[in-house]
Amino acid sequence: MDQILSNIGLLFEFPIVNLKILIDGLMIGALFALAAYGLALVWGVMNVKNLAQGDFVICGGYVAWYLAGLGLPPLMGVPAAFIIMWGIGWVCYKVVISRVIERDLFTSLLATFGLAIMIAQILNLLFGSDTQSIKLEYATLYFGENDFIDVPIAKLIGVCMAAVLAIGVIIFMKRSRMGQAIRATAQDARAARVLGIDTEKVYAFTFSLNSAICGAAGAIIVMVWLIQPFYGITYAIRSFVIVTAAGLGNLPGVIAAGLGIGALEQYGAHIFGIGYQQAIAVLLLLLVLVIRLIQQRRKRQSLQ
Amino acid sequence: MTALKVILYIVLLAFTVAAPFLFPDFRTQLATLWLMIVVSLTWDMTGGQMGYNSLGNIFFYGTGMYVAAVISIGLVYDVAEYTSAAGGGMNDFTPVQYFTGVGLGMLGAGIFCALCALILGYILFGLRGPYFAIGTLGVAIAAGELVSNWEWVGGGQGITLPVYPADLDEGKLFFYFLFAGTGVILFIFLRWLYGTRFGAAINAIRDDEEKAEAMGIHTMRYKLVTWSMAGFFVGIVGAISAFQLISFEPLESAYQTINLGIFMVVCVLLGGKGTLWGPVIGAIVFHVFKEVTWNYLLGWQWVALGALIVVTVVYFQDGIMGWLAHRKPEWFGVRVEKNDATEGADR
Repeated sequence: MDQILSNIGLLFEFPIVNLKILIDGLMIGALFALAAYGLALVWGVMNVKNLAQGDFVICGGYVAWYLAGLGLPPLMGVPAAFIIMWGIGWVCYKVVISRVIERDLFTSLLATFGLAIMIAQILNLLFGSDTQSIKLEYATLYFGENDFIDVPIAKLIGVCMAAVLAIGVIIFMKRSRMGQAIRATAQDARAARVLGIDTEKVYAFTFSLNSAICGAAGAIIVMVWLIQPFYGITYAIRSFVIVTAAGLGNLPGVIAAGLGIGALEQYGAHIFGIGYQQAIAVLLLLLVLVIRLIQQRRKRQSLQ
Repeated sequence: MTALKVILYIVLLAFTVAAPFLFPDFRTQLATLWLMIVVSLTWDMTGGQMGYNSLGNIFFYGTGMYVAAVISIGLVYDVAEYTSAAGGGMNDFTPVQYFTGVGLGMLGAGIFCALCALILGYILFGLRGPYFAIGTLGVAIAAGELVSNWEWVGGGQGITLPVYPADLDEGKLFFYFLFAGTGVILFIFLRWLYGTRFGAAINAIRDDEEKAEAMGIHTMRYKLVTWSMAGFFVGIVGAISAFQLISFEPLESAYQTINLGIFMVVCVLLGGKGTLWGPVIGAIVFHVFKEVTWNYLLGWQWVALGALIVVTVVYFQDGIMGWLAHRKPEWFGVRVEKNDATEGADR
């Protein structure tokens, strides 16, 4: 308890600590927002709640890490993970997801939970349960008094790549023929089918795209933080937090919620200690659910 | 028909009592089988009969373990000193202390978990469908993470309980009968409960909650009572598991979200949701499958488990009982008139 209070005191005594935490949190939050955007896409278009989301992220990270070990330049790992995870997502869609779309939501939730366990365990068998990361040979920028704030250039590059990817996806969704078809299917799948859109193809494309976005996010995460086969479920839960807080089809909301959760998690880890980081991610989920619940109760409705 | 059923039940009960003596080498496995049956039956209370699919019932299992451990230790020692000693030196329990600890621990765990279910349920039962599943999963994961940071109960190291004070083989028998007794009581209780007005009410909630509410059923009360009964029994088997395992830690053995927490769902789906016998049959099939194949898969067993979940959920969701009910409706007291409509519907 004393530790917690002194940690809080530190925040007020040295305001610059806040800035440091905030920068870290926003940078990690950008990647959460990316994975959450993929989840919102799949959720909105095909009404599948994908619990394997986090494991796609980790899987992409391992793809990049493995390729970097073979001698590929680390930054090339991001597009490589994007392409390879596209393929893996497509296989997952054809084998499992395509059969659960029409079923009730618990079915898709449980099926993707099974998928998540499988992916995590296969990664564990292939690469071992140690934490892995790619070390990048970039300098670190320093700001503030006594160079208190350190921003590794690698992290900046990661955030920029995340932003580029997000903008690319948004433009794709707005402008391209396929993007329009996806949005049409999300609005009304039956009407889209009547108007000649091959919804089966749209579903397969959407799920592969989601998996690829996650894979690219994972490839960035492995460059700037750590990955481990069993970290997946917390990324999935963070994605759920963000989407539940922001709502479907609300892109600015997803970005804001992603950045906010990144920052809140960093604050929590600072105040309560690093051991609570996973717990904080999950408790935020419960908090968001309860807040949404209270909002719905006012309208005499339930969250479903 | 009823006489036949009575004989069947007596034979099954006799087999339950005789099993550990017939297969003395498999006592621990048989005890685990009963654990699976109990958690599957309790999961089916909310998941199958009431339509609330929880992924977090493992929370009660882990909490039951910890409550039982704290009670049985607290009767004799100071808990903080005991856990910080981590089994070093402070492990003297007389048989009387041990058995009082087991008894009170089971009872306390059951009651505490039932109360937890009431409090959590009040918050979580506003969530429907997948949100309820994710919310309960969140509770289970969060509890595991918080307990592993709580030094008073041993933190990430967990707790080491005293061993059974007499012969170890006798101990295995003792735990078998604790599990089996809980299972038999639960089964009889549920058999009675599902036939009452209460059972009809929770089935109505599953079928259409709005209509049930409109018919004057206090749905929240029914949901809370059902979940707290489930929590009570899971807490009790959690407590028994704690004494059986002797030493346990929070993330892998107490709040084991991806092991037992998902096994119970798979067992119920495999056996058939919303039936009395489905969870029992599913648990037996699943446990036998797991024990037989586990040894030959060498590290790939978890992948096989994930695959089993996916296959069960995607291709075989009605489960064994659902499949039987479809093929042999007359076994379930459904009279089928042979006419064009049913023949056309016959798969």
